[in-house]
Order: sequence, then C-alpha cells, then structure tokens
Amino acid sequence: MTDLSASKSGSLLTEDKRTAKRNAAEKRFRAYGLGAILLACLMLVLLLISIVTNGASSFKQTYMAFPVTVSQEEFDAAEGSILKTGAYNKMLQSALMDYLVANDLLGDATEDDVKNMISGEAAADVRRMLLANADVIGTEIDFSLLANGRIDGYFKGRVTRETAALDTKITAAQLDLADRMTEDGSMVTRFNWSFFTNPDASVQRPEAAGLGVAILGSLYMMAVVLCLALPIGVAASIYLEEFAKKNWVTDVIEVNIANLAAVPSIVYGILGLAIFINFAELHQSSPLVGGLVLTLMTLPTIIISTRASLKSIPPSIRDAALGVGASKMQSVFHHVLPLAAPGILTGTIIGLAQALGETAPLLLIGMVAFVKEYPAAYSSELGLFGEASTALPVQIFNWTTRSDPAFVERASGAIITLLIFLLMMNALAIFLRKKFERRW
Amino acid sequence: MLPLTIPFLATIGLATLGYFLGRSRAISVAGRDMRLLNALPHQHGLNTCFSTLLPPLAVMLIWALAARIASRKDVLLAPENPTLVYIILIGLAVAGLGLSMMRISRDFRARNASERWIMGLLIFASTVAILTTVGIVLSMVSETLNFFGQHDWKAFFFGTTWSPSFSGRGGDSQLGIIPLLWGTLYISFIALAFAVPVGLFAAIYLSEYASPRLRSIAKPMIEILAGIPTIVYGLFALLTVGPLLRDVFAEPMGLGDSASSVMTAGLVMGVMLIPFVSSLSDDIINAVPQSMRDGSLGLGATPSETIRQVVIPAALPGIVGAVLLAASRAIGETMIVVLGAGAAARLSLNPFEAMTTVTAKIVSQLTGDTDFASPETLVAFALGLTLFVITLGLNVLALYIVRKYREQYE
Repeated sequence: MTDLSASKSGSLLTEDKRTAKRNAAEKRFRAYGLGAILLACLMLVLLLISIVTNGASSFKQTYMAFPVTVSQEEFDAAEGSILKTGAYNKMLQSALMDYLVANDLLGDATEDDVKNMISGEAAADVRRMLLANADVIGTEIDFSLLANGRIDGYFKGRVTRETAALDTKITAAQLDLADRMTEDGSMVTRFNWSFFTNPDASVQRPEAAGLGVAILGSLYMMAVVLCLALPIGVAASIYLEEFAKKNWVTDVIEVNIANLAAVPSIVYGILGLAIFINFAELHQSSPLVGGLVLTLMTLPTIIISTRASLKSIPPSIRDAALGVGASKMQSVFHHVLPLAAPGILTGTIIGLAQALGETAPLLLIGMVAFVKEYPAAYSSELGLFGEASTALPVQIFNWTTRSDPAFVERASGAIITLLIFLLMMNALAIFLRKKFERRW
Repeated sequence: MLPLTIPFLATIGLATLGYFLGRSRAISVAGRDMRLLNALPHQHGLNTCFSTLLPPLAVMLIWALAARIASRKDVLLAPENPTLVYIILIGLAVAGLGLSMMRISRDFRARNASERWIMGLLIFASTVAILTTVGIVLSMVSETLNFFGQHDWKAFFFGTTWSPSFSGRGGDSQLGIIPLLWGTLYISFIALAFAVPVGLFAAIYLSEYASPRLRSIAKPMIEILAGIPTIVYGLFALLTVGPLLRDVFAEPMGLGDSASSVMTAGLVMGVMLIPFVSSLSDDIINAVPQSMRDGSLGLGATPSETIRQVVIPAALPGIVGAVLLAASRAIGETMIVVLGAGAAARLSLNPFEAMTTVTAKIVSQLTGDTDFASPETLVAFALGLTLFVITLGLNVLALYIVRKYREQYE
C-alpha cells in the first residue's frame, strides 16, 4: 500500500490538482442549489414582511370619545333637513368643540381644525344609531367616533409633522390637539373590528373603508363554486375514469381538460363577459356571474385531483363489489367514491382556495364597482346572488388604485385577511389528507 | 326571460314525490315479498324520480338557450302568457311520472333503467369541459371578426403604435399589437431568466442532495409561494420591489425614474414562477431511473458530474416542457403586470422603463364603461384570442413533450 501511495500517479490521501478541481466544482454546484433554495425562501420572507409591515396597522383604528347630547328638536330638525348627515355633522362638531373648551384642551387649534378632526363617516354612524334607539335622544351619550384618516395616520406613523407641513388636509395644530386628546384619554387607538364589517368608503374617507361587502361577496361566490364545481367535477371524473371507453372522443376531452387548466385566467373573464353578461344577460358585478366564471376555472383543478384519487383506489375493491352482484355503477357509488372522498375533498378545498384569490377575471365582469350596500343572497327582481357585490381580491386591487396612502395600508390589511383565509383552507386540506389518507 | 322558477320547483317537487310513489308501488306490486322483485324498491323509486325530473330539466335548458338566441334576433320564443310554458313543462314531468309508474312490475329491471339516467348525467357533466372551450373560442372569435370589420387586421397584427382614442367615436385609434407583444415577451423573458435557474437548482438540490429534514422544510416553503394569489405579488411589486429597483438601480444608473417597469414585473413574476418550475422539474428529475445515477457514480463521477452529464440530459425534454408551461403562465399573467409594469405601450430595450402587456390592455379596455360597438372595446377580444392561441400552442407543445418523456421511462 505504501508503495502505491508513494507512486508517481499520486496519493489517494492527498488530492491531486484535477481531483481538487472536481471537488471544488462539486462544492460550488451544491452551493448554487442551496443558494437557490435560500433565495426562494428569502423572497417568501420578504414578501410576507413587506405585506405585514404595510398592513398590520390597518387592524387598529383611532377613535375619539366625547359626550354628545342630541335633543328631540335637534333630531327632528336634522331629519327634516335635506342634507341629513350634514346636520348631524354640525352637531358633532359643536359637541366636540364644547368638550375641548370644557376640558381646556383647545390650545391654539382653530374652529376649522376641530371640525376636520371628525371623519365624514361619523355623522352617518350617529344617525343610524339614533334611528335605531330613539329613546336615547335628549340624554348625554358617550360616542366613540372615527377620527379623520390623517389623524389616524399620525398615530400609525404614516403622517409625520414633516409630511403634515406639506399637506393641506392636516395642520400642525390638529396634530398638537390629537396629542393632547390622547393624554386626556379622549382619543384612543384600538382594534378595528369595523374593518371586517364596514362596506367600502369613498376616496376621502379611508378611515371608514372596510371589507364587509367584499368578504360577503367572496363567500357567495365560493358557495356558487362549491355547489356547481364539486358535483360537475366529480361526475365528469367518474365518467372519464371509470366508464369512458378509450376512443378519440375521450382523448379530446382529456387533452381539453389539461389545456383548460393552463388557460390564462383573464381568458375566463372574457368568456364570462361575452357569455354570461352579454349573451345570457345576467347582472353585471353579481356574485352569480363571478361564481360561474370561477366554477369554470376551478373545474379542471377539481377534475384532475378527483381523477387522481379515483385512480389510487385499488381495482380489488371494484372487483369485490362486482363479484357479489353489484352493478358497475353501484360499485363506484357505494365503494370507490366513499373511499376516494378525502382526496376529492382535499382537491376541492385547494381549488376553492385558488378561486378565492383570483382577481383578473372578476375585473372584467364588473366586480370593481363601488358597492356600499350589503348584497342580499336573494332578491325578487335580481334573483339568486344577483345583487352587485365585490370580492376580496378585487377590493384589494381597487384600493391600490386610489391615491391616498391610507388605502395602501387598507389593501395590505385586506391581503393579510385574504392570506389568513387561504391559510385556514389549506391547513384544513392538509389536516383532512393526514387524517383520512389511506395508502393501499 | 322565460318564467322557469315555478315549473322548476314543481318538477323537483314531483320528482321527490315520484321517488316515494315508485318505491311504495314496487313494494305493493311485490305483495310484500321482496324476493319476487327483479330490482330493489329503492331502484324503482330512483327510476321514477329521474324519469320525472330529467326530461323537463333538459327541455328547460334547451328552451332557455333557444329563447336567448332567438331574442337576439328579435324573435320571441317565450310566449306572453306563462301558463303555456307551465303546462308544457309540468305536463312533461307528470307524463314522465305516470309512464314510469306504469312500467313498474315484478320483472322490470329498474336498476338498469335508473343507471342509464345516471350515466346520462355523468356524460353531460364531462361535456362541460368541452362546452367551456367552445364557449371561449366562440365568444372571442365572433367579437374578433366584429373588430376586424371595423379595423384593418394588418394594422392590428403589424402596427407598431398602440394609442386608442378615448373619445370612442374617432377613427384615429391606432391599435397595433406589436408593442404589447414586445412588453409581454420582454417581461416573460426576465421572469423566466430569474425563475428557471433558481427553480431548477432548487429542484436539483431538493431531489439529489437535501436531507429528508431539509426537504420537509424547504419544499412546503417553496410551495407556499405557489399558493399566494397574484394580486399579492402585484402589491409586492408596487410597494416594495418597484421603488427599491428605482432607487438602487434605475435612478443612479440614469435609466429612468419609474417605479413600475419591465424589471419590476419580470422579477416579481419570476418569484411567482419559482415553485412552478421547481415542482415540475422535481417530478421529472425523480422520474430518471436510479440505475442511470448508480452507473455514473460507479464509474467515479462526482454527484454534480452525474447530475450535469447524466440526469439533466436524460430529464431535458421534461424540463423543456416545464419551462414552456412556465412561459405560458408568464404570458397569461395579469395582476402582476397591471400593478407592476405600467400602462404605457412602448417599444424599448431599457428594462427600467414602464411598458405594458397584452393582458394589462385587455383589463384596461374592458373595465369601466364599455361600448360594444367601438373598436377600442372590441380590440380586447382580438387581444384575448391572440393570447389564447399563443398559450394554447405553448401548452399543447409542453404537454406533448412531457407526456412523450414520461412514456420513455415507464
């Protein structure tokens, strides 16, 4: 051995030049691979950090708390006037002024400064509340009202004294006042439940904008997708996997399904616009049309995963059923389908999660419309799911196109909400797979 | 609109009733001795139920479609008086109920009869996929022909200017697809130039080197990227990547001051495509037989030499297929380019300039108030058809290659 290692051809224990080069190449190659994985993970982390830092603050909201007394006369006068919320706004503004003067908080803020502290949406909230309980009229009520979007931004770091100096919608005096009110306890920042329940708000009132209508619209669409895509998808898969004879027709159907899974989603939007809205004259921006378009998009996903889980059921199950006298149809519906159910369910949930995040086709069928009213599931003139609505991803897109940076925060907050929904759906799918999956 | 709600509900009611009637009649025919029946009472019931339900439903579907088509040609297929519709449809349901009830006897093979109905339903469900494709093609072809009636097709396919007039009525719109295609291809190229090496190396490392522990962490991490909706990537491009690229590269290098650019959209789209490329390549690399690796390693090659000289060449057709699928996905991607690439159609080589794509223009031409008589709206259908044809071509080619490759080692 010593002879061999000492021979001219080199040692087995010390690397010669060529081996060293090859080993270095090996190390480099491994490093590239590891680098690629790290890069992908880094991108994921960056993406999440970017969304969370932009959006976390949308779950908090600044409110002002001060007492308001609305007398019966004031109430009647306001309800009798043309601009009802305008009248309430005046009441709130004077109540706030009184409160500030009484507690010696006013400082150098002018009357206009004080007026603009309250969100334009607050008056509508107060009116709704008074109409609902008329017996509080005339008593002193402690209202908690939305502060203006800029004031809200000040507490979240979006508005600073430097930007305020350049901004015509906020003054330094207002920020000083906000600071004093915070010390006094009459301005608080707390968890923003109304973000999940409020409808969208106008461009001037980002502080009142919420996801209520969008979440409801998305739920309606998911209901449509589930009710249509699951039965149709499962039926089609059963036919193709269990009954169809191998001929050119079934070949065409199979190639077709594989292609439909890869067709760009925007093409489904064009289809929806041309077929469901122009031809069938269903209502624009309705969850029904959105649901139908998403159904067509989700079908290939469901069919592919259902066929895979049907295929994984061993033929012995079918043979056993046929052997005791079941028909082919009975063997499928009584034995194969129940065994394949967990796989089908998992595939369906993943398909639904995809559909929930889809934006582009919904833009084309008019779901970007500004919708302030909660859509009813059924109305006599518009039918089932016929009322105009928006959807979560479209609402996000809508907010990104608005210029006020407060809407960027809202959009990121909405994305966090959407991602949480998706996370829950995928976790459910993984749980179902882990719990019920059988290996044959 | 045909008044279908009442007959629909009535038919469903009759069909439910039919199930129980059929069942009890079968039992009474058997004289309580089930052994005398050829089929179970349940199957008699099902047959009655389907016989009542399906013919009126099929007629409703066909009638509604026909009435829709007719009303576009100003022919009225829906009678003024809904009673006639009610009588026909409900009559059909009652006839189905009666006829199937009459057929119930001891020797009637109800199982076969009811299964024929179910089979019909299954076949109908599987044609939905075909109908979708037909719907896509029909809806786009008819409007595209409409568009070419108003706008020269040569100007569309070979025009190098995209400037729709917003007045809508002017004939001065220049609707050339070349700048849009250029933007689409440029962005897709950047996306693939980022995603293919990263995705491929990630797949190689995961399938050839990674310990099971690392694999169980890294693979789901990468797959999370695939589950994130594209609107999220769009916002990421708009808020983070765009301003970052502008401040770090574009402005110091004097290449432009726009946050939305080809580079922004391309890079973010590349991130989106990483899991797509890596999971497809992972499957394909795993399909290469172990014996080929063992042979190479046995001859003294290092693992990386084995991968480069044996595994990758063997897997190459499949990888090409995966890249083509990723390209088709990049070309059809909408939200990232709408938010990240900008709105100006231009032919330029500078990757830090804002450009636009076919999909972004489809969105901008079809959202808001659309007038289906003007070429500015109809052009979206021509764009859509072009997009559909390109992606279809890529998909068919890719699926063909992948399928061919799978067969090679099976």
